Amino acid sequence: MAYLQSVVTRAGYFTSKKGRLPYLLLFPGMLWLFTFFVLPIINLAGTSTQTPVAGGETGQYVQTFRFANYIDAFNQARPQFARSFLYATLATLLALAISYPLAYAIAFRSGRFKNILLVLVVAPFFTSFLLRTVAWKQILGEQGFVVPALRSMHIIGQNTSLTASALAVVTGMTYNFLPFMTLPLYASLERIDPRTLEASNDLYANGITTFRKVTFPLSMPGVVAGTLLTFIPAAGDYVNAAILGNPNTTMIGNVIDSRFFNIVDYPTAAALSFMLMAAILILVTIYIRRSGTDELV
Amino acid sequence: MSTIPIPTLPVGKRISRWFGRNIIRIYAVVGFTYLFIPVIYTIAFSFNNSEKSNLVWRGFTWSNWANPCGAPDVCNALGNSLKIGVLATFVATVLGTLIAFAIGRHAFRGRSTTNLLIFLPMATPEVVLGSSLLAMFLTFHINPGFWPTVAAHVMFCISFVVVTVKARIASLDPRLEQAAMDLYANERETFRRVTLPLVMPGIAGAALLAFSLSFDDFIITNFNSGTMNTFPKFVWVSAARGIPAQANVIGSSMFLIALFVVVAGQLVNRKKAR
Repeated sequence: MAYLQSVVTRAGYFTSKKGRLPYLLLFPGMLWLFTFFVLPIINLAGTSTQTPVAGGETGQYVQTFRFANYIDAFNQARPQFARSFLYATLATLLALAISYPLAYAIAFRSGRFKNILLVLVVAPFFTSFLLRTVAWKQILGEQGFVVPALRSMHIIGQNTSLTASALAVVTGMTYNFLPFMTLPLYASLERIDPRTLEASNDLYANGITTFRKVTFPLSMPGVVAGTLLTFIPAAGDYVNAAILGNPNTTMIGNVIDSRFFNIVDYPTAAALSFMLMAAILILVTIYIRRSGTDELV
Repeated sequence: MSTIPIPTLPVGKRISRWFGRNIIRIYAVVGFTYLFIPVIYTIAFSFNNSEKSNLVWRGFTWSNWANPCGAPDVCNALGNSLKIGVLATFVATVLGTLIAFAIGRHAFRGRSTTNLLIFLPMATPEVVLGSSLLAMFLTFHINPGFWPTVAAHVMFCISFVVVTVKARIASLDPRLEQAAMDLYANERETFRRVTLPLVMPGIAGAALLAFSLSFDDFIITNFNSGTMNTFPKFVWVSAARGIPAQANVIGSSMFLIALFVVVAGQLVNRKKAR
């Protein structure tokens, strides 16, 4: 990238002499992002400090700059906040554990089947996200084939069920966000020069040492990208919690959704959204700094 | 000819060695099985003879595939999803590709701000994107519905288009364009006859990604579509009572169509490469 940039710039071929061209190219898309992303976020910040109109109807709010809304909202939704970050972390770690060997197998052990396997990794995600989640609910549900089989083998008790639990929510999230983990991992593993692994072998490193000291560090950009792309949607998700969970597994997304639609409590929903966004951005920034890859931003 | 006796390992050791050597392949097989269980389930239950509920297997039938619009409102929802998907994909692909060329091919001030603005929508949870847009539409007295949904979908697709196309532009060999210039092609001709055709697979991939993101989106759509139904909303609403088999038919067809498009694309690429 940097190489190309330098060649192109030095050659002067493609850098427009009329300095206006890049701005013309940027303008329509940036205007769209400004109107439908930046403005709503600014507006959300405004909504978050509003209070109900005295004697007004439900859903009517007026700006009073009440920042205590944030404290109230946080206190109301503390368990959901904690759960969102816990579940998202667990789902991300599980997805990493499942995806890494899978991506490794495709990158290094698949030979001429590489492209087919890559298509097969993405293919399940072309059936609708919701259909897949509902499919898991029915597979793991009372009328599915898994629960009776496990019960007859006495692996789970006669009254234990697999759905409507934290376990089901985390597995659902792990499954649904898996390609966001596998694809970046594959991309970074595939870029590794096999000669570096041979060199490590020649220097008497065994398989485990080679992996720990060569392969894994070289795949770090993929690990960072994959964990971010899994963690971010997982932390804000409420579909898995709603379909596969129970009232004790609700996440922050469920609260925001119900504040908006069921209670029409826009200020609280806005404050919660803002806190979720801020928390994720802070975590992401720290994480990117710590892992030393600035490639994403 | 003297035979050297080959020392044979005990069976237990041989099995453990075989496992050691193939552990990663075994793992891959298990991984792929896990990936495909819900897909196989969805396809199987699209053939379920389900008059009232599609929760348990009641026997094989072709009738759901013969009449995919049999369940009330399912095709209306599908139609809306397709319309939104096509419109959003078109706009997002054009706008995103323009941005990708600006970033990949030009030096300009404000580059890092631009990159940040591209990255932020991808780092923001959908529930925040959806609720903030709805709050804005409500502030400006715009009723949620078809066009607000299209606007929202274009917004979250643009970033993914930019990232995909930018990667393709970055991987181009600059010598190809220099060669065109050396052969007296001017800037415009070089772009039209060399650069654009080379970037085209990236643009096509980005469009495919944008369409699947838009078609499959539930959270942002649920906030901004008002009373309009879309396919994911249809599944969401009917999930409580059990999804009609016709929805499984549509889900299965989307899977088969996408698989066909991707495989065909790969074959075309391979033919071109020869």
